[in-house]
Amino acid sequence: MSDDLIQRVLKTMAASKRIPLESVTIDSEFQQLGIDSMDAVEILFALENEFDITIPDDEVRKVRNVRQMCEGVEKLVAAKEAAKAGQ
Amino acid sequence: MRRVVITGVGAICALGRNALEFGESLRQGRSGIGPIQSADTTQLRFRNGAEVSGYCHQPYFDDRKADFIDRFAQFAVIAAREAVEGSGIVWTPELRETAAIVTGSCVGGQSTEDIGFRDVYKMGLNRVHPLTIPKTMANAGASHISIEFGITGPSFTFSTACSSAGHAIGQAYWMVRSGITDFAISGGSEAPFSFGILKAWEAMRVVSPETCRPFSKDRRGMVLGEGAAMLVLEPLEAALARGARIHAEIVGFGMSADACHITQPSAEGAARAMRAALRDGALAPEQIGYINAHGTGTAANDVSETTAIKAVFGEHAARLPVSSTKSMHGHALGAAAALECLATVLALRDGVLPPTANYSVPDPECDLDVIPNQAREAQVEYAISNSFAFGGLNAVLALRRY
Repeated sequence: MSDDLIQRVLKTMAASKRIPLESVTIDSEFQQLGIDSMDAVEILFALENEFDITIPDDEVRKVRNVRQMCEGVEKLVAAKEAAKAGQ
Repeated sequence: MRRVVITGVGAICALGRNALEFGESLRQGRSGIGPIQSADTTQLRFRNGAEVSGYCHQPYFDDRKADFIDRFAQFAVIAAREAVEGSGIVWTPELRETAAIVTGSCVGGQSTEDIGFRDVYKMGLNRVHPLTIPKTMANAGASHISIEFGITGPSFTFSTACSSAGHAIGQAYWMVRSGITDFAISGGSEAPFSFGILKAWEAMRVVSPETCRPFSKDRRGMVLGEGAAMLVLEPLEAALARGARIHAEIVGFGMSADACHITQPSAEGAARAMRAALRDGALAPEQIGYINAHGTGTAANDVSETTAIKAVFGEHAARLPVSSTKSMHGHALGAAAALECLATVLALRDGVLPPTANYSVPDPECDLDVIPNQAREAQVEYAISNSFAFGGLNAVLALRRY
């Protein structure tokens, strides 16, 4: 994963939850950060806007921590780039 | 049946950030109507509203909490905090479990919805903010009050347009009177200053291009307002037992439906609601010493309400002071009846009847004693507060000085 992508995910999450950026790391668990179900959908909304992607409901249900979130975003961004290149 | 008293009051609206400021503005006959600040009015046929000027969620809510609460529900919580704090109630687990919350709101968080709909319809975005639903729902005020105080008893919301808070307070009153609950927080809240909502009101052709002049011959319509008022209701005996300050007593509640037209008011329907409130409180018309009118300042309402008051009160109507405080706090829709009930409570408690502001020319069709422009000192024993909604659903509260 690129550092740039990770940083953008961390920033987006911190801004959405209104917590200090330092408190969010790639190794943070959602539970540690106090992210409840409503916080989570807000973060997904913010990430969709930030990366111009659509995050499917099924993919999201398994995500429990920041690393999984970054991996998911990376996959969707890559799929978007591939689709663009194939056009 | 138990007697029911008001032991806490709270308000936030164009006339002030608390009940004290609200009452002071009413006494001074100072109108809170001015140019609308929180929405762009360049494409509107009206420019004025009665806003909570310069409102910011701080210091009331931190940023993250405010993310979850639309302005209308923030107002509900702010007014409820003041009412509960003023009541001096000491919470116990039993009280939290049985206390009731009954609120009113007409448009709820439609301002939030307006933003989401603009995003998808106009901006071409493919998603709206995920908090759109929980911020828009009209019961959000009641829900956030319950969360604020940990109240787990019966809690719900009425949405009957401009009567919403009247139906809410009336229901809460009946619940305390009958013994369903020993403590109720009730009132209404509204925050309709969003472009889409204002456009909808413009289309009704009932909004004044200048100010609001109820019962005045040169009246040109209503002016929208925002805010909240909340009351704490308790059985008289419980209030006395804990030495609570009693602001006033609620003695009757009446409702009716016009069953004739979706917007045009019916004098018969209004009269039926007033009679029902008097009957509920076992009051004779002659006992009423003040009416806080629905008094929207539209051509239709003020004539219809005058006719209804004359039908109910007969000759007594000529000696009965009637004022519309909407001339000062605007028409706050689902919060209107709560603000006006509070104005009535303060009038009884303090012995000062609030005026009808902006009154300039007598109208032969509204020939009541409308307390023009200047508040009046008077010790009144009983008063009623009228609310007649679009849709023809009417609610009237009867109150007594304590």
